[in-house]
Amino acid sequence: MLQVSNRLNDHFSNPRNVGALPGANAVGSFGTIGWGDAVKLMLQVDPQTDRIEQARFQAFGCSAAIAASSAVTEMVTGKTLDEAGGISSADIAEFLGGLPPERMYGSVIAYEALRTAIAALRGKAELESTDPDVLCDCFSVGQMMIERTIRFNRLTDPEQVTAYTKAGASCSCCFKKIEALLARVNADLVEDGLLPADQAYRVGSSPQRAIELKPRGEATAAATIFSAGHGVPAHLRAMPKPAAPKPAAPRPVAAMAGADTLTQTELIEQALAELRPHLQRDGGDCELVRIEDNTIYIRLSGNCDGCQLASVTLSGVQAKLIEKIGRPMRVVPVP
Amino acid sequence: MSGQPAQPVYLDNNATTRVDPRVVEAMLPYFTQYFGNPSSKYALGGHAAMAVKRAREQLQRLLGIAHAHELMFTSGGTESTNAAIMAALEASPRRREIITSAVEHPAVLSLCAWLEKNKGIRVHLIPVDRHGRLDIVAYRAALSDRVAVVSLMWANNETGVINPVADLAELAKEYGALFHTDAVQAVGKMPIDLQSTAIDMASLSGHKLHAPKGVGALYIRNGVRFKPQIKGGHQERGRRAGTENVPGIVGLGMAAELAADHLADEDIRVRGLRDRLERGILEQVADCVAVGARAERLPNTSNIAFSFIESESIVMLLDRAGVAVSMGSACSTGSFEPSHVLVAMQVANDAVRGGVRFSLSRDTTDDDIDRALVVIPGVIARLREISPFGTQEGASATLDQAHV
Repeated sequence: MLQVSNRLNDHFSNPRNVGALPGANAVGSFGTIGWGDAVKLMLQVDPQTDRIEQARFQAFGCSAAIAASSAVTEMVTGKTLDEAGGISSADIAEFLGGLPPERMYGSVIAYEALRTAIAALRGKAELESTDPDVLCDCFSVGQMMIERTIRFNRLTDPEQVTAYTKAGASCSCCFKKIEALLARVNADLVEDGLLPADQAYRVGSSPQRAIELKPRGEATAAATIFSAGHGVPAHLRAMPKPAAPKPAAPRPVAAMAGADTLTQTELIEQALAELRPHLQRDGGDCELVRIEDNTIYIRLSGNCDGCQLASVTLSGVQAKLIEKIGRPMRVVPVP
Repeated sequence: MSGQPAQPVYLDNNATTRVDPRVVEAMLPYFTQYFGNPSSKYALGGHAAMAVKRAREQLQRLLGIAHAHELMFTSGGTESTNAAIMAALEASPRRREIITSAVEHPAVLSLCAWLEKNKGIRVHLIPVDRHGRLDIVAYRAALSDRVAVVSLMWANNETGVINPVADLAELAKEYGALFHTDAVQAVGKMPIDLQSTAIDMASLSGHKLHAPKGVGALYIRNGVRFKPQIKGGHQERGRRAGTENVPGIVGLGMAAELAADHLADEDIRVRGLRDRLERGILEQVADCVAVGARAERLPNTSNIAFSFIESESIVMLLDRAGVAVSMGSACSTGSFEPSHVLVAMQVANDAVRGGVRFSLSRDTTDDDIDRALVVIPGVIARLREISPFGTQEGASATLDQAHV
């Protein structure tokens, strides 16, 4: 029997905000019957304030999928879209008091549904592009979704990748591809200062015996495949290598790309000023230290300093800055 | 939902059964009073040896086994199955093929996968039809004098569907292949007379018939060449070394004796309860199907596949409502695949992840079924309220990325 927290148990047994939301103006879905879990998240967002007034969900799947979906509706209600967009799958898992390792995908699918719901309202077409590179044929799991999950959750083991995305859970034909992707993303994280080098996964690190014990067989196409809309946000794309990142959404401020350093610094400070209240509310803070080309050095303090989720915070900061500046940038924490 | 009853309704007897108090009583002296080693030559050892001998005779009667030495005690079904297949391969080194089915227990399938990958053994996986019945034409086609052993289960653990193993064994004999059957679920639930069949080896497990876990047996027909997998002392005629689990074996013997007495009860009363449960669910709940119900089945097993919802959630909500059942998928083991049995039976896409196994035993009462029938429809309805697929969107409902 799975050992689950009381909170998870409560959200599974008494899920909040269940059912269709007729007035929803932001709807995000993720998963299928064939995948084994599916979530549909519906948000009613006030267009004037950008605040989520109501959130409801429908979910098919295991207890963790239902509990995580319920949790998300509670987490986002009353938040602005920006605030809700800063919620990660790790936050969802933490909200539930943790998920069993083999059920971590519950928080990931709830996160993916939230992400697509927000993107849908904002009409960010580039976020809604399909994920053309299916990495795991059995479960039709896209490469970008896996990459995003590795990055967000700082995964360092192929088994974790499977627990979070189901990729490689069937025939394991895609093991080498998962391994290569994990190694590449981990190397990026190390370079970004977000992962200690000794923790990074390297191709060939898995014991041969463990690989041999994995299921055999040929890849079988999933009965139903993921729907469209699993594009990776700019801040989570591998950058600056190996694939050249697309520039972030062409928002009005993006016209400032190429502006002189002073203007850029002002923009960065402005972005950080917008972020700081959220961090301060959780007892943390951040400050700009210096800017070198595309690398922005910041200092985390208070509860953010040494927090297990600091890397997630950094990803959020990076996303915010990229959005403001309009081109890829790297955020590196300094002590 | 009604308050949780003090004692849960236990409907997961194919996973394990409650040890019968009479079995416990029979075992107890062999822990403290007659604790001797059966191999010892003094009286205390003699007591233990006699107990093992008696247990063998008790099991012989339940299974219709001609000679006591045709039974080898093991640690359970998995060991028995592994021993049978490995021994058969070693006994016929020039035969490099195995025939088994797509719906076998992992004890068989995992071993076969390993043999295929590491030993170059060719494995024929015979499919089943939508009702779980073995494809006899495919089975016949796979048989040849290259086949070392056929391993086909007597009754399926998830659906209870029964294979005609006596006939299947006869066919195997035509090609000189050994025939092993995983009889773990069949023993104690249906009459068995091994000596009247051509079956060479049969595995069984104690805890499926109200004996403790960790004890089982393998039937090895007289004259079948058997290469031991566990080497050491001379126990079990040199076929399985290691000091016998005397209390466990005594318990298994007593359980066999009790099971023989209960066979009629199993066939009439338990079958009646199972049918009432199944009928009650099908009448009260829409969009569900009794998997394998059109085939010959064990009297205690019912597998219902519920559309649009997922089995782990069903099992967990039923647990909270005081009903213990098992899911039809392997999700709990960390696998994300639906049940290989339901997949092989081509259960509809919208229901293949919603399989729930209800398995009864002689302990199951009318009151248990009444209580289960009160709880189950509510749990299913509640999960369908949560599900985005509901019941109205059709069988192949797929979430789309509907926006706004």
